[in-house]
Amino acid sequence: MRHPGINLGEHHGEAHDQAETLVFGFWVFLMSDLIIFGLMFAIYVTMANPVGMAGGPGPKDVFDLTSVFIQTMILLTSSLTFGIASLAMRHEQGRGRIALWLGVTLALGLGFLGFEARDFANMIGMGAGPSRSGFLSAFWGLVPLHGLHVSAGCIWIVVMLIQMRTFGMIPIVKTRLLRLGLFWHFLDLIWVGIFTIVFLAGISA
Amino acid sequence: MNDLDYRRELRDYLIGFGLAFTLTVGPFAIVAWGGLDRPTLLIFLGACALVQITVHFRFFLHIDLSRQKREDLQLILFSVLLLIIMAIGTIWIMGNLAMRM
Repeated sequence: MRHPGINLGEHHGEAHDQAETLVFGFWVFLMSDLIIFGLMFAIYVTMANPVGMAGGPGPKDVFDLTSVFIQTMILLTSSLTFGIASLAMRHEQGRGRIALWLGVTLALGLGFLGFEARDFANMIGMGAGPSRSGFLSAFWGLVPLHGLHVSAGCIWIVVMLIQMRTFGMIPIVKTRLLRLGLFWHFLDLIWVGIFTIVFLAGISA
Repeated sequence: MNDLDYRRELRDYLIGFGLAFTLTVGPFAIVAWGGLDRPTLLIFLGACALVQITVHFRFFLHIDLSRQKREDLQLILFSVLLLIIMAIGTIWIMGNLAMRM
């Protein structure tokens, strides 16, 4: 194993060699994404005070802890199922097995988005839209941005399922799946920050 | 690559999931039950999040301190340094302004 990070293993030959540079390049993208998320967090923290809330609803009024907990568990489980799909690819257990676990991950991703969309609809319903206060603008800038990333991840899974079927497990498909894996695990990492800073710290205030 | 490797790697993912699960349920339970004063609670939440992020890096993203041949870790640490400068700077300046208003 040349690189201890996410990889395919020497027995994958050409794909393994390509993965070295492709995965590093993807890390560069992820880190630029991290900066964007980080600054959205910074804006949220500066807005999560009475001045930023401008007399509008605060975290306790608009957040649903149970729903956030369910979303957190769904996303965490989807990280595990994607990991199992990555292992199935690494150990060449066949296309069907990889597709099965990717399918489970996709279903969990869509479930997460479903709960999140329901929460957003409830917030709009109670008049807590993005234009209500600086605090809510910061919230709507940060959390739906993560949701947008998860949606992109779901579309990417569908595209990869189609490519796996059309092209088979050729090197480029394998390295794309590696990068999709990084993307998916990275989104779960961002969610740790969101449920801690936005939801838990907000509700306990 | 053999069956033994597969099981070892699968076990790694499961350990990671177990740790992340515990580090998630703990903070949610504490917030749901309440009772802690705010500074203690925030320190507890922050510590759990940092440990969980490390767990995710180690078990899901496979970034660790050993046998690093590529520059992933340096890239991550440098990005985090930039982020800390910008984020802490923003929070500091805006917090200071808020206090003066």
